[in-house]
Amino acid sequence: MAEFKEISPNAPLGAKVGNWFNNRFPTAFAEYRKHMSEYFAPKNFNFWYFFGSLAMLVLVIQIVTGIFLVMHYKPDAAKAFESVEYIMRDVPGGWIIRYAHSTGASAFFIVVYLHMFRGLLYGSYRKPRELVWIFGCAIFLCLMAEAFMGYLLPWGQMSYWGAQVIVNLFAAIPFVGPDLALLIRGDYVVSDATLNRFFSFHVIAVPLVLIGLIVAHLLALHDVGSNNPDGIEIKQGPKGNRWSPDAPADGIPFHPYYSVHDIMGVGVFLMAFFAVMFFAPEMGGYFLEYNNFIPADPLVTPSHIAPVWYFTPFYSMLRATTDLMVNVLSVIIALGAVLGFLKCRCSMLLRGGLVLAAVVAIALLKTFDAKFWGVVVMGGAVIILFFLPWLDRSPVKSIRYRPSWHTWLYTVFVIWFLILMVLGIMVPGPIFSTPSLSWLTNELVAMVGTLFYFGFFLLMPWWSQLGEPKPVPERVTFKPH
Amino acid sequence: MAFWKRLLVGCAAALSLGMAAHASTGGIAWDKAPVNTTNTASLQNGAKLFVNYCLNCHSAAFMRYNRLTDIGITEAQIKDNLLFSTQKVGDTMKSAIDPHQAKAWFGANPPDLTVIARSRSGHGGTGADYLYTFLRSFYRDPNRPTGWNNLAFPNVGMPNPLWQLQGEQKPQFDTQEEHGQEVHVFKGWEQVSPGTMTQLQFDQNVGDLVNYLAWMGEPAQNTRTRIGVWVLLFMLGFTVIAWRLNAAYWKDVK
Repeated sequence: MAEFKEISPNAPLGAKVGNWFNNRFPTAFAEYRKHMSEYFAPKNFNFWYFFGSLAMLVLVIQIVTGIFLVMHYKPDAAKAFESVEYIMRDVPGGWIIRYAHSTGASAFFIVVYLHMFRGLLYGSYRKPRELVWIFGCAIFLCLMAEAFMGYLLPWGQMSYWGAQVIVNLFAAIPFVGPDLALLIRGDYVVSDATLNRFFSFHVIAVPLVLIGLIVAHLLALHDVGSNNPDGIEIKQGPKGNRWSPDAPADGIPFHPYYSVHDIMGVGVFLMAFFAVMFFAPEMGGYFLEYNNFIPADPLVTPSHIAPVWYFTPFYSMLRATTDLMVNVLSVIIALGAVLGFLKCRCSMLLRGGLVLAAVVAIALLKTFDAKFWGVVVMGGAVIILFFLPWLDRSPVKSIRYRPSWHTWLYTVFVIWFLILMVLGIMVPGPIFSTPSLSWLTNELVAMVGTLFYFGFFLLMPWWSQLGEPKPVPERVTFKPH
Repeated sequence: MAFWKRLLVGCAAALSLGMAAHASTGGIAWDKAPVNTTNTASLQNGAKLFVNYCLNCHSAAFMRYNRLTDIGITEAQIKDNLLFSTQKVGDTMKSAIDPHQAKAWFGANPPDLTVIARSRSGHGGTGADYLYTFLRSFYRDPNRPTGWNNLAFPNVGMPNPLWQLQGEQKPQFDTQEEHGQEVHVFKGWEQVSPGTMTQLQFDQNVGDLVNYLAWMGEPAQNTRTRIGVWVLLFMLGFTVIAWRLNAAYWKDVK
């Protein structure tokens, strides 16, 4: 225990109260200093650094509105749809909390995608921040589960059939699939049992895990310190600033400097958020799908089942994995094995192993259904992010000091991601109605996009080392305001 | 930095383009519905038409009668003019039809209309546009069990509920060549027998009915946009103060 401090009886009331608490709960003061007033963040953060605090803000919005929604919502297949309309009509201010929650779901993904992209740009996943990144990827996975299960709760047509389609995907896993799907649904079709367990997961289980991971994400970050747009370690630079002689010279206390900075970001973000919430809560059918205003009907399948926009890049990768894709993958693996056999400067045993592995991979690809490989591709697209710290071999962290063509490669990557997103929203089949272009299908374009997406990551150990990096400065680049 | 900002804006534009290109399906093109949810006279006329012509078969099971006070109808007026039999003013709008009989008569249970205007939106227009077109596109078809068919919803189960007001009309088609095939293209309507309203009156009344359906889909919508303006003004002030506060703190960071 820290030493018990006496304070002069003539001290101001504030100091007395502070001293009283400091003697009884010193941890609170120590942690406040560690994470706020004496957490030294690089002073050169830019626009991209708003999205971490904004993700936290959206989390709070979702939890608070969620608490009030649960007071009126009924997780019962016969009453769920009705109870949502009850919230929208009869609960005072109910429409505000519901729209805040539905807009918040989409806002969460917008903010998190931009936050992840920031990490990609400035190499924030590189040593020593691998765990920060991995916790972040786990948060993203949790968020996807949270959004998916939450989407079932309004019990509209898209809720119902979206859940049906996605849970059926698990049934494609060899051997255990059908039983696994049954376990998830708690029934042979999506039903009241499914609604109840999804509700339980959505309001208790997943949020608990999510909050735990966020705490881990922040603690790990504060242990290793924040990266910055220059990708320079400020802890390795000169020491001493006007707040502390031991702190990095380019560091600045998080509070008050970045807290006021983030509040400014909050203001701008909330303007956009409220503009959607109050003037376009459906956001043209992308935040609230029109079909979801029809109560779930297990006997009527909608003609087009589309997940909400934030899942569509991964959904179109799933749809792209047709028999053609399986064949293309087989050819790519075969070519890779031949190339490895000829070029590899290694023992005959290792080369033989390489060929054998390729043969096994191709045999597996052709043995199981393309639908299963679609699930693997969709899951793999998220899982591959976990390995980013070891895939990137570039000698510099930040995009600023990488060869210029890296910027273009990242641009093409973003464009492909957005194309996949749009393709996942559209109906499958020919993109244009012109007969001469009927070969140009949604799935074909998505296949190219999927190959690019995986190529970008899997070939990163090779391409990230190519080219001449620009000279990295000694100190961070900072222009006083 | 500037490059990435430009990229972000460009991508957002590309995304909205891609979304606009999304295909639409089925039925004729939708007309623009004259929706104005602040026009109480139109909403009141729409409510009257809704209770008289729709509520016999369809329910609006999430809509309470006394919510109509939001569009300027008093509870006394609701009791005297819109309630039948034993209903209370705080009840929801439930139709008296037996679902089993409805299914036997029309082949499908008439859908609930509370949020119909929200659910029917699509790439052809808003749900109100669809309903406005649908309710004005019935024609006689002896091949259908009810004797009625509809161009906006081909082979619909519902007969024309407003035929006494509209009279009967017949669609006119042009024959055109498209990709080497002959296709019939809808050209317009020909009045076969008159109803109790002129075509202009009928369109106005259907417009009022659809306006009411659009309002009923979200009765809070007028409040929502009204509050929204104040919320945005507040956030604007908040952001300006936050911006200056930030500048004040950062001005001595070198």
